[in-house]
Amino acid sequence: MSEKIATRDGYGKALAELGEKYDFVVLDADLAAATKTGVFKKAFPNRFFDCGIAEGNMMGVAAGIASTGKTVFASSFAMFAAGRAFEQVRNIIGYPHLNVKIGATHAGITVGEDGATHQCNEDIALMRTIPGMVILNPADAVEAKACVEAALKHNGPVYLRFGRLAVPVIYDEGHTVEIGKGSVICEGTDVTIIATGLMVSIALEANEILKAEGISARIVNMPCIKPIDAELIKECAEKTGLIVTCEEHNIIGGMGSAVAEVVCESKPVPVVRVGVNDTYGKSGKAQDLIPVFGLDAVSVANRVKEALKLK
Amino acid sequence: MDKTKLSAIANEIRKGALTAVYSAQSGHPGGSLGIADILAYLYFEEMNVDPKKPKMEDRDRFVLSKGHTSPALYATLAEKGFFPKEDLKTFRHKDSYLQGHPDMKNIPGVDMSTGSLGLGVSAACGMALSGKISEKTYRVWAILGDGESQEGQVWEAAMFASHYGLNNLAIFVDCNGLQIDGATSDVMNPEPFDEKYRAFGWNTMVIDGHDFDQIDAAVKAAKASDKPFAIIAKTVKGKGVSYMENKCEWHGSAPKEEQYEIGMKDLENALCVESK
Repeated sequence: MSEKIATRDGYGKALAELGEKYDFVVLDADLAAATKTGVFKKAFPNRFFDCGIAEGNMMGVAAGIASTGKTVFASSFAMFAAGRAFEQVRNIIGYPHLNVKIGATHAGITVGEDGATHQCNEDIALMRTIPGMVILNPADAVEAKACVEAALKHNGPVYLRFGRLAVPVIYDEGHTVEIGKGSVICEGTDVTIIATGLMVSIALEANEILKAEGISARIVNMPCIKPIDAELIKECAEKTGLIVTCEEHNIIGGMGSAVAEVVCESKPVPVVRVGVNDTYGKSGKAQDLIPVFGLDAVSVANRVKEALKLK
Repeated sequence: MDKTKLSAIANEIRKGALTAVYSAQSGHPGGSLGIADILAYLYFEEMNVDPKKPKMEDRDRFVLSKGHTSPALYATLAEKGFFPKEDLKTFRHKDSYLQGHPDMKNIPGVDMSTGSLGLGVSAACGMALSGKISEKTYRVWAILGDGESQEGQVWEAAMFASHYGLNNLAIFVDCNGLQIDGATSDVMNPEPFDEKYRAFGWNTMVIDGHDFDQIDAAVKAAKASDKPFAIIAKTVKGKGVSYMENKCEWHGSAPKEEQYEIGMKDLENALCVESK
């Protein structure tokens, strides 16, 4: 098994490393130790500002700073960044299209023990509805840094989604992310599995199970959920005639929905969405919760096998 | 300070705001008329802004947190030369850049998009903090409503401003005592503002928001303050238009033709009285 690092750790490290090359300010709402912006704070104490437990105000402060020409990262848990502060993000960051990067950690059910109140499975859906918002969801810690750099190079609001759980590192240093682009990890002909975030490494595991059973799956990583890579999705529909999406998010409104929208409007083929099945999360160890919500490799492989009957 | 000149400008702002709302047959005249004197003072006596360079880096910033009083801000910006006064008649029309609430992307001179209440002071804090970080000398001014202060985020921002020592920030709390559902004291009493802001670590001054001497004294005090500064400005909603004064019914409704003419006449007469 490869090394495991949480994408939130990749985020904190990326901020600290890229802080030399780029001029930006980082805000947090009393979660710097957990979101890992504390790593940046240690490296650049004069460019870090804690806003206390007041996420709405933090988003407004971020907007004000950005309006003066600076790039800002505003961090909290996904639940509070996208949930609590949705209206602030929509009206004072999204509408004026300000250069604010929202670093949202602890997304999805793998928050673990804290349970449903802190497990945000709705943030992608919320952020997707904001015009002009870019959504990035890295698969591993290396890609987390690539996403931070892509966000820095982009002029406008970006929502970055990170996880708490340590996940396998699948990319080599130097890997880059381009806004609006997904990437094919391996080719296949029977089905395409489009995965995002920690589901990418799980999809790769599922692929081993499928291979052993003679099923050829094309595996696609979709780190950029908005704008979604419509060309790549169309190509997948044409080449494999079946798509299974995998995400640690409600199946309503997430990456799977975005893929289905593209497929329905361009090249209709069956799309099966694997994700949190419109329920709340619950307490438990993150690793133990993954199979509870049907997000483990065996469950994904089974869903793919079922989906093949739709062809 | 030329008070006669400022009075005349404030009167033009009121006329512009009333004309905008009348032309749109939509908008918020009451609160717009109430803040005209403060805006006249800020834009024509105090702030370093250049209509030819609306994005000038070191300009003073203004945030209209109570964004629904955009007619007054637009009339002020037009009076200052940011865009033609004639455009006020396109306010809220479908092809106009003069949106119902301030839109910083498309309206020259608007420093922050506002309208959803309670967000503006946070943005003003961000601007002030950014100035501190970069050691800029610009100042940040904001106007928020007394009713708006029922939004909890206003107090998150108040905490933030004093925590980071943002003495380059000053806000006018526009206390007209009225909001959509009635008197603020009946709907949800936000008073007392001076004690609240002092408890949050600000310096404060209570003034008559229509008296230029008092506005002048408060602004000078704000600029000398070692803390963020709250100017509690007692104002009359609908100020200058006889039938609108102190009537919460005129919070968000537009005058009909006859009412508009009476209002404009009231404002013309007020100016004649002032100049006598």
